[in-house]
Amino acid sequence: MAIRERLSGNEATAIAMKQINPDVVAAFPITPSTEVPQYFSAFVADGTVDTEFVAVESEHSAMSACIGAQAAGGRAMTATSANGLALMWELLYIAASSRLPIVMAAINRALSGPINIHNDHSDTMGARDSGWIQLFSETNQEAYDNMLMAHRIAENPDVMLPLMVCQDGFITSHAIENIELLEDDKVKAFVGEYKPQYYPLNKETPIAVGPLDLQPHYFEHKKQQAEAMKNAKKVILEVSEEFYKLTGRKYGLFEEYKTDDADVVVVLLNSTAGTAKYVADQFRAQGKKVGVIKPRVYRPFPVDEIAEALSKFKAVAVLDKADSFNAAGGPLFTDVTSALYSKGVFGPKVINYIYGLGGRDVKADDIEVVYNKLLDIAKTGKVESVYNYLGVRE
Amino acid sequence: MAYNVKEAAQKPDRLTGGHRMCAGCGAPVVVRNVLKALKPEDHAVIGSATGCLEVSTFIYPYTAWKDSFIHNAFENAAATVSGAEAAYVALKRKGKLDGDTKFIAFGGDGGTYDIGLQSLSGAMERGHDMVYVCYDNGAYMNTGIQRSSATPKYADTTTSPAGKKIPGKLQPRKDLTEVMANHHLPYVAQTALIGNMKDLYEKSEKAIYTPGPAFLNVLAPCPRGWRYNTPDLMEVSKMAVETCFWPLYEVVDGKYNITYKPKNKLPVRDFLKMQGRFKHLFKAGNEHMLEEIQQEVDRRWEALLRLAGEA
Repeated sequence: MAIRERLSGNEATAIAMKQINPDVVAAFPITPSTEVPQYFSAFVADGTVDTEFVAVESEHSAMSACIGAQAAGGRAMTATSANGLALMWELLYIAASSRLPIVMAAINRALSGPINIHNDHSDTMGARDSGWIQLFSETNQEAYDNMLMAHRIAENPDVMLPLMVCQDGFITSHAIENIELLEDDKVKAFVGEYKPQYYPLNKETPIAVGPLDLQPHYFEHKKQQAEAMKNAKKVILEVSEEFYKLTGRKYGLFEEYKTDDADVVVVLLNSTAGTAKYVADQFRAQGKKVGVIKPRVYRPFPVDEIAEALSKFKAVAVLDKADSFNAAGGPLFTDVTSALYSKGVFGPKVINYIYGLGGRDVKADDIEVVYNKLLDIAKTGKVESVYNYLGVRE
Repeated sequence: MAYNVKEAAQKPDRLTGGHRMCAGCGAPVVVRNVLKALKPEDHAVIGSATGCLEVSTFIYPYTAWKDSFIHNAFENAAATVSGAEAAYVALKRKGKLDGDTKFIAFGGDGGTYDIGLQSLSGAMERGHDMVYVCYDNGAYMNTGIQRSSATPKYADTTTSPAGKKIPGKLQPRKDLTEVMANHHLPYVAQTALIGNMKDLYEKSEKAIYTPGPAFLNVLAPCPRGWRYNTPDLMEVSKMAVETCFWPLYEVVDGKYNITYKPKNKLPVRDFLKMQGRFKHLFKAGNEHMLEEIQQEVDRRWEALLRLAGEA
């Protein structure tokens, strides 16, 4: 029987980590992810996990220690937000290229500057090309479930890539919601043991990790890394299917809400999808055919599936909680439109809204503005402005 | 175990030949001798900061390291090895590993005194059972001899060039060994390539087999950066010690012990004159700079004698 609880997203994440019982957790305090290592260090202090908790002096050292631990042959985890993730920057790429399946809880927060502790996605969007698998989570339940699936995906021999589970800082990290937890023994059986083929702590077969890799081999290694990211898509679906059988909770590459007969949809990540679903219900009650698409898997980006799913709509708004400052649109918008173009999908009109930066409240009214604009575009076929800001004072 | 030069020499090298370090470079000699202090039956996980040592010993698909080896980045050898040590502790606790593994991180002075100082300080303070060995050659040699905080005053480097107005580096060198001694670690030592390597071997053995964190600072002359005659590696190293430019000492649980006191402390100019990086100091009119360096060496030596209760 699943355990019914009431937990914040950070608590749920820490409990998932407790159930996973990794070998090393190395983390540094930063709002709003701090609670994760805080809860976890209490599990360590009470002896309910076997983990070595390394209270490092910076996020740079947190990721460095995770790389050392995972490379050595252990399972390493961390949690961070915003500037902490930015300080890990260099090492994110090294973790990925060294093919180390480290798992991170990324509690999304606006990246300085100016400094701001509240939610947007500018931190993990900045890491989108670092070679990490990125899973986004609308609710505490999704953050917990994604964390339980993380190691199975990351450690798959066809993948062997690090993975970050993203959720919205404060909005889900600190808000308490109902949640269903799995029993410890079921998590243990599902996650399984980490059994690397070769690792430095195995004295029978010493190995070296992190070479100088020059022109003869570097390019091939990067190609292998790219292939691993491609492989991740299939593995994510397989693991999600297994998780569905275990829990009855179904996860794909993205969630489609009321899209079957929709004329227009919004595409957006994490907690704002909840608000969008609420507004979609209200529009539906008025007979307006609107829907929501919520990518769960942002890296690898589900190009074929997104292009296919969006092909049937008249108008699409991609909502980005981060700007790319390319003077043309946010990162999710760029990925979505690139997917459509490369797959020859030219039907839907696609516009972009940058929203909610620095924790600006996103209300039902804001989503209504978007749906009304989309319905107008669907009717007239005319797009006045592609790259827009939503809910900003001008 | 008392040091026996013949026995030590007969131990197989754990850093093999065929690596691409320069002839006359101190760093691989430091590494080989530190690793000789490992018990043959003990496995080691060795880390290295980015630098000459790393890029010359592990060029894919070849490695010169007989033990397991991890390179991560420039500034994080200490944090990386601390993570490996943490994994070892956890896996041991779970009964997944047998035997003893020792953890040793190497970094040059750039990766240790400068960009890696925070990582080093953190790892040492956290008390991991590991040794951090700085091979100090007094500049960023791998990138082409740029000044670091370990560069001695008035040294000519590519970012502190001795010019018409400015006579090389204007600042005295940071005393990292003292910085680490003030972390109150179980074992901190400063050593060099000298004589039959007894001092280096014994300090390495203590550093590796003292439980908890240990720090070794080893002077590692660089023929390219210091501009000495390649075969003079041991001689230039010896002069650093005989002039008290680089005193040999250890700090065991806070207690200072000077492990070598020159019978006749030589003037520091005897060390400086062997090196092209100080050539400009020997031009007429620059005597005051030599005198200033001598005063600084004397001041630091006397301070060390006081710490050791010998003054």
